Amino acid sequence: MSTEVITAPPTASAPRPAPKPRRKPIRPARVVLHGFLTITALIWLVPTLWALYTSLRPISDTQAHGYFSIAHSLGFSNYINAWNQADMAPYFMNSVYITVPAVLLTLLFSASIAFFVSRFNFKINIALLMLFTAGNLLPPQVIITPLYRLYLLLPLPDWLSNGSGLMYNSLFGVVAIHVAFQSGFCTFVLSNYMKTIPVEISEAALVDGASVWRQFWQIIVPLCRPAFAALATLLTIWIYNDFFWGLVLISSGSERPITSAIASLSGEYFSNQNLIAAGALITAIPTLVVYFLLQRHFVRGLTLGANKG
Amino acid sequence: MAIATPSKTPTAPGGIKKASRRVRRLSTRDKIVLSLMVGIPTLVHICLVWIPTLVSVVLSFTKWDGIGGFDSIQWIGLGNYKEMFTVSPTFWPALEHNFIWLAFFVLLPTPFGIFLAYLLDKNIRGTKFYQSVIFLPVVISAAVTGFIWETIYNPDNGLVNSLIGANKPNSFYIDWLGNAHLNLWAVLIAASWKQAAYIMILYLAGLKSADPALTEASQLDGANAWQTFFRVTFPALKPINIIVLVVTIIESLRAFDLVWVIGGSNTTKPGLELLSILITNNIIGESSLIGYGSALAVVLLVISIVPILIYVYQNFRKEQQ
Repeated sequence: MSTEVITAPPTASAPRPAPKPRRKPIRPARVVLHGFLTITALIWLVPTLWALYTSLRPISDTQAHGYFSIAHSLGFSNYINAWNQADMAPYFMNSVYITVPAVLLTLLFSASIAFFVSRFNFKINIALLMLFTAGNLLPPQVIITPLYRLYLLLPLPDWLSNGSGLMYNSLFGVVAIHVAFQSGFCTFVLSNYMKTIPVEISEAALVDGASVWRQFWQIIVPLCRPAFAALATLLTIWIYNDFFWGLVLISSGSERPITSAIASLSGEYFSNQNLIAAGALITAIPTLVVYFLLQRHFVRGLTLGANKG
Repeated sequence: MAIATPSKTPTAPGGIKKASRRVRRLSTRDKIVLSLMVGIPTLVHICLVWIPTLVSVVLSFTKWDGIGGFDSIQWIGLGNYKEMFTVSPTFWPALEHNFIWLAFFVLLPTPFGIFLAYLLDKNIRGTKFYQSVIFLPVVISAAVTGFIWETIYNPDNGLVNSLIGANKPNSFYIDWLGNAHLNLWAVLIAASWKQAAYIMILYLAGLKSADPALTEASQLDGANAWQTFFRVTFPALKPINIIVLVVTIIESLRAFDLVWVIGGSNTTKPGLELLSILITNNIIGESSLIGYGSALAVVLLVISIVPILIYVYQNFRKEQQ
């Protein structure tokens, strides 16, 4: 059963038939259910809230009263100190320089392949899709050893490599591996989505003499906007959250994106639990903002691929 | 299965004919554009993902410290594998930990995520709220998750020891992340925090796509909730079950960030060895044993091929018919 989300491109999901209206007496089973879910949700919140609580307490407060105590003062001093002591701004810029091009290129690449796979029924379609999908599922550590050597060999002009002259240590190199890796999942999702766009639309365009590129860019891509929104949200969080590529493919700390840099920063600059918690939570802020603003898209993006039956 | 299979993918036999006619009508310029659109992404993917995979296999039969040029690469046959299986003190623990990770994921967070999805699917008030809260850990990077859980597990002032009083003078002292018998389990709980939430969202989407008529029919026939789920809903969701299984296996093999952050540095902490950690240690650690690192990667590859094939088979079976 294809999912509602993939099958109907322009409209949103077909909602499941509304439950029959009925009076709602308070049933004990419901109370137990809500009780269980509330407790689970609270337990799920505890780690984040505890880190947040720790991060908001000045070190003097925890030194005087211990960590497991009622705070006598709360404030953002740890956040300001963590930000300044570790000079976090450049790392955030590195993350932006990696995430933005990687998301855009991944979407362009996967849309191109998906367009080809779904609109032109060439024999290699399935082989191509299988190649991309399987590649996407490999653990990154399977390929890292040769990839690392490859990056040390490939020269790159200085303007692309921040002066290292190599793929290794360049933001470009990290963008490239993100694009190569992530395009598998996105190709799969987009090709399913494009398959649901009636063939007649492209045929009409063809009769009108539109070139292949025009069909792609002006007809198919705009129709896939909901899928792009979902995938872009998902990819932004995924790529920003990446720890591994930034850690291994970039040697010097100052060129690393924030998520990869936070481990060494905390060892170097953050002398206590409160600062560490604040530094970690600063790193999580962008993803939390994206999540709260675009939660619907994020969840849809996650389930788009999985839900294809 | 019957409800799960009908695919709305247009694969009418007429379609192929139409398509081939259309292909012939393409201009040369269109053909060039199309080959570029397919060629560039495919080339990037193959060069950066599949070629390194193959090179990994080749390098696993060699010895190379990476300092000398290519001519310093020595062909040593199965030497790396022999060392890995017989001499290395870290390989077997790592493999064992990867499998413990997998078993733990399969037994606890994954079923719990499915259970949560099942509960949240019952038209209850505030379901979106519960979902948003429980799903939060998935959005937080594994690296940050590591730091968050360090504030929980810290032996002196972490939440757990404070709650159970294990950090008071003259009390027993539990070093959750330092003790080699405990740290894997402590990390697994932190990882489950994310995994259960992830599975919950995946499964919830699957349940939403299930046919409500089936559940109603079985309830009319007098089945209780337990029977309805295990005899009707669960079997009907075979595709999503397979995806959840694949995701669970792959996530257990990919486990890295959390352990790396909690492990603290490039040196592997006893009790927390994983294949992914050993491989990475061979690159950015002190010793750069490229052949040996590749042999470890091949082991990881061989294990991960199983779920990948299951997934590819599941997804493309219909199209191949």
